[in-house]
Amino acid sequence: MSALTTHLPATTRLSRPRRRNVAAHVFLGVLVLYFLAPIWWLFVASTKDAQGLFAGSSGAMWFDKNFNLIANIQELFAYNGGEYAQWLGNSLLYAVSGGLGATAISVLAGYGFAKYKFRGRNLTFALLLGAVMVPMTALVIPTFILMSNLKLTDTVWAVILPSLLSPFGVYLMRVYTAEAVPDELLDAARVDGAGELRTFFQVSLPLLRPALVTVLLLSVVGTWNNYFLPLAMLSTERLYPLTVGIGLWEQLASSNNGGGHSLWSLIVVGSFISIIPLVVAFLTLQKYWQGGLSLGSLK
Amino acid sequence: MAVHGSTVTSLPHTSTPATVNTPPTPEHRTRSHSDKVNARRARTGWLFIAPFGVVFVAFLLAPLAYALYLSLFTKGLATGTRFSGLENYLHAFSDPQFIKGVWFVVRFSLVLIPVQMAVSLAAALVLDHLTTRLARFSRLMIFMPYAVPAVIGALMWGFLYSPTFGPLEQLFSLFHASAPFLLSQDNVFYGLLNVVTWQWAGYYMIIIYAALQGIDPTLYEAAKIDGASERQVAFRIKIPLVSSALVLILIFALIGTLQFFSEPQILGPVANGSITPDFTPNIYAFNLAFGYAQFNYASAISFSLGIVVFIAVYVFMFATRKKGSNLS
Repeated sequence: MSALTTHLPATTRLSRPRRRNVAAHVFLGVLVLYFLAPIWWLFVASTKDAQGLFAGSSGAMWFDKNFNLIANIQELFAYNGGEYAQWLGNSLLYAVSGGLGATAISVLAGYGFAKYKFRGRNLTFALLLGAVMVPMTALVIPTFILMSNLKLTDTVWAVILPSLLSPFGVYLMRVYTAEAVPDELLDAARVDGAGELRTFFQVSLPLLRPALVTVLLLSVVGTWNNYFLPLAMLSTERLYPLTVGIGLWEQLASSNNGGGHSLWSLIVVGSFISIIPLVVAFLTLQKYWQGGLSLGSLK
Repeated sequence: MAVHGSTVTSLPHTSTPATVNTPPTPEHRTRSHSDKVNARRARTGWLFIAPFGVVFVAFLLAPLAYALYLSLFTKGLATGTRFSGLENYLHAFSDPQFIKGVWFVVRFSLVLIPVQMAVSLAAALVLDHLTTRLARFSRLMIFMPYAVPAVIGALMWGFLYSPTFGPLEQLFSLFHASAPFLLSQDNVFYGLLNVVTWQWAGYYMIIIYAALQGIDPTLYEAAKIDGASERQVAFRIKIPLVSSALVLILIFALIGTLQFFSEPQILGPVANGSITPDFTPNIYAFNLAFGYAQFNYASAISFSLGIVVFIAVYVFMFATRKKGSNLS
């Protein structure tokens, strides 16, 4: 059958899709240009000094005559007692602990929902599905007031603990577990005398790796990029993550026009450095996330 | 492992109300072996869900309930805190500042979501069709903005929009025209539209692309035998088969835009006053709470926002679910 169709009208098949492929490649080229242009700009701009950033000789999208990247980075890490390095560390701490925690909680709950039958399961799961639809930022202000009653605001816990909530992660884990872990396999392990915990860690967990990586990636990115939650929760500058710190610099720079020129170049190079970790992570882990993100389209 | 240790210790508190709901399991009575096993399994199931249960109650149910509670009170300078019932809600829905913000996010979603869907779907279909190295490279690059925090994305576009040193000005001057300032009062809608599309279209594209890759290729062959063109294959087979991915994206986009915060907040200082402190409901609630310490009124707005988004998404899901079942 397939041999028949592929060999059929050879001449028309070759010429028409060819032309269409050119059009498709042009379309892709335009898209790539659009999606990469700001990132390219950020790279170019972070090699300029304050003067070049605003009145460079070769325009916004090309390098200035003096290449100032190294000096910019040195100034960035020296500025105001090295607060940038502190923010970078905080972002890492929040993203890693929030992401790992949310993933661990999600995989346990997803597994529980998928592989155990108990009364109240459907009701609980319906609650969870409802939670996926609750806008998380609407929770920030009441969570702030609750935490402030407990004297927990302006601590790292105020950012890490709310980041552990990931209803969508649980949902993904449940959907994936239902398909990837056959009941027969669990029963076989039980017959062999393995306890429930051992079955989970040694039999099921390895099968769940793709979903695990996906949920981890989604929650790490979510926490790393979060702005509203830490902005509301933290008032001590040394606890800020990068997003809030750079936002603070931006406000300082725009409120004192002129005097803020050098701060703008720090904001640019600081932004550039701040996107490197995630970009590198996505480029090196592509094998995992590209397969994993398809989980979102299941069901 | 450490995580699991904490689950076990936290269980007694959290699962008590749950076990009340589950069927009574009197262990002393004589029961068949499988009944005992089932009861133990049920308990294990709850154990697995317990850590999430704690987080769910502490950071979702409790804040929602607390927001509702706070929203029913009003704090006055002279009167102190008093119960005021629905006063805050009546106030909110007749507050021109709040209405203005709601109207903005609604209009914004109505334009943004179709644009984002069109861009991401077109990109995914093209990428699914091509298997060249350039296509693989493009897929990665289109996705890249997802790795950039919204704060940084907004900052970059703020620079690029600049009428004095941005590239738009240079581009337009080639045609002897002056570039529009995309953050001016009239254009800020489009300026933000572009930032958000740039940020999210690649992520949505990957989700659709992954769904497309999951389609059984024999379907295409069958369609070709029946004489279907590429276009017909795309519209009659591919798009209907990835409709659940499209619905998922729509829901994400809807939830995302209705709680719009970071981008306008960051672009505010460079937008020459076109982004006001009541620009979106979320920004308004933030400023009420942290600028004016009006926590009760801010809670009413947060709670309304949460409920409105919830209902909107729910209605939407119900509508699309029905449609989907008609199709199949």
